[in-house]
Amino acid sequence: MGMTISQKILANKANKDEVKPGEIVMADVDLTFANDITAPIAIDFVKRLGVDVFDKGKVALIPDHFTPNKDINSANQCKIMRDFVMERNLPNYWETGEVGIEHALLPEQGYIKPGMLIVGADSHTCTHGALGAFATGMGSTDLGFAFATGKSWFRVPESIKFIYKGKRKKWVVGKDLILYTIGKIGVAGALYKSMEFTGDAIRELPMEDRLTMCNMAVEAGAKNGIVEPDEITVEYLKERGIENDQYGILKSDADAEYSSLIEIDVSNIEPQVAFPHLPSNAKGISEIKDDIKINQAFIGSCTNGRISDLREAAKVLKGKKVAKYVRLIIIPATVQVYRQALKEGLFDVFLDAGAVISTPTCGPCLGGYMGILADGEVCVSTSNRNFVGRMGSKKAFVYLSSPAVVAASAVAGKIIHPDEVLK
Amino acid sequence: MIIKGRVWVYSDNVDTDVIIPARYLNTSDSKELAKHCMEDIDESFAKEVKNGDIIVAGYNFGSGSSREHAPIAIKASGVACVIAKSFSRIFYRNAFNIGLPILESNVVDELEKSDEIEVDTKKGQIKVLKNGKVFESSVIPEFMQRLIESGGLFNYAKEILKV
Repeated sequence: MGMTISQKILANKANKDEVKPGEIVMADVDLTFANDITAPIAIDFVKRLGVDVFDKGKVALIPDHFTPNKDINSANQCKIMRDFVMERNLPNYWETGEVGIEHALLPEQGYIKPGMLIVGADSHTCTHGALGAFATGMGSTDLGFAFATGKSWFRVPESIKFIYKGKRKKWVVGKDLILYTIGKIGVAGALYKSMEFTGDAIRELPMEDRLTMCNMAVEAGAKNGIVEPDEITVEYLKERGIENDQYGILKSDADAEYSSLIEIDVSNIEPQVAFPHLPSNAKGISEIKDDIKINQAFIGSCTNGRISDLREAAKVLKGKKVAKYVRLIIIPATVQVYRQALKEGLFDVFLDAGAVISTPTCGPCLGGYMGILADGEVCVSTSNRNFVGRMGSKKAFVYLSSPAVVAASAVAGKIIHPDEVLK
Repeated sequence: MIIKGRVWVYSDNVDTDVIIPARYLNTSDSKELAKHCMEDIDESFAKEVKNGDIIVAGYNFGSGSSREHAPIAIKASGVACVIAKSFSRIFYRNAFNIGLPILESNVVDELEKSDEIEVDTKKGQIKVLKNGKVFESSVIPEFMQRLIESGGLFNYAKEILKV
């Protein structure tokens, strides 16, 4: 029996010829990281052991959630991180002014390569599967263990093969494909499993859209999301100075075993909106019959804060104004994205429209700061979760959608298709 | 271990944002986290929870964020055990890692708030005291049992690193 790409990576790193779903293996990890919320507990684990980190080059500490420090407690958490980094002389740390959202920053800066085994103390670590790595989120204690030993244990997951066919409609992006998919299988539809995204429509999908899709694999309960590397992957890495002799390309065997195969014709998918309070409450935008008035629109996060996302938003916002009493908050995910958007004139488009632009941070996505919702307020957001209380008040309502739909909705003051604003 | 206690009953998809909202994640202090445990799903929980209480729930308990603060807050609230139809995978690992006993069972269907149950964590049996019905929980994987026996992930790291 052949193996899936996920099995192959785990087998390689566990030093085995073959691994089977359900088997538990101890494997060597290639990259380990944590953020300002999860790092302090992991750091404490390493300190209590009285050891150094296993490999300074393979540890990254990224203060992105509540930075620039939102309050005294957050500042103290960041200080724990910074002190540890300085004391151990760790190279992979980004100060405010350099830092971006971890899952946007790491691929952008060339830290992610195909075939790597990656663990991060953040559930959206699955993002990095877009580059053909096996990447999964864990808690702080697991990361402390990985920081100290360079190892982690894994239950080899069953894989679900998603086969996307057909041509995407105008405005339909990676975000729509993944919201549609989660809507189809549910928030526990891939629990403990690997989501392998395949098919012609994936082969044509730009890397940033693939990152968005793998990012939300966890919203279906998955252990990882993964895309086999191809020309688009090679090109993305080349742009970061990584030539193809620096990594191997693994693919799933033709006779690999899948727990199920799910075919999706993307030509039938229209822009998607996930209703409160689950990412699986996805509907096609034309199914929305009653007006959903909004108080806030948010474009950013590890899901949709990359340059292509800001370009999509700018296409809609150019020459338009945000509706009265609506707040449009735009947060480029990294400093590089910020600078690029500035260079391309996107900031002028956003500012002319009446949006506010923040420095890179996770900020409002998890209800940290920079855009907290009041009781009864409605936000349409490009982020990944619309749980009760996720963006502030537990009496608020969050709808998830793509950057173009969020931008259009900010202009209209209600959730709307981009074509409606541009006609 | 035998745990006898009264239950708090919740439905499916109890996510880590409602277990401990992110607005309280600017600390890792377990007592501080416990003060806000379950706040966005049940305001009475933190006020009324007693040592030895048990949380029972439906499918996909602990979904969403990887924040270990969620099981830490539950454990620091005095909760002795969480029993759900299924758990999200990160929460499952986190609970094991910090020593919060968790079991997979459908017992929630039989229970109302404040009912009492008796849990035998070793046998994986759950007895509903009001009617004597017994539920079996799924078996804990052998590797994880060994983890528990060696005293959790911290001691396991010590073994590997020989420190």
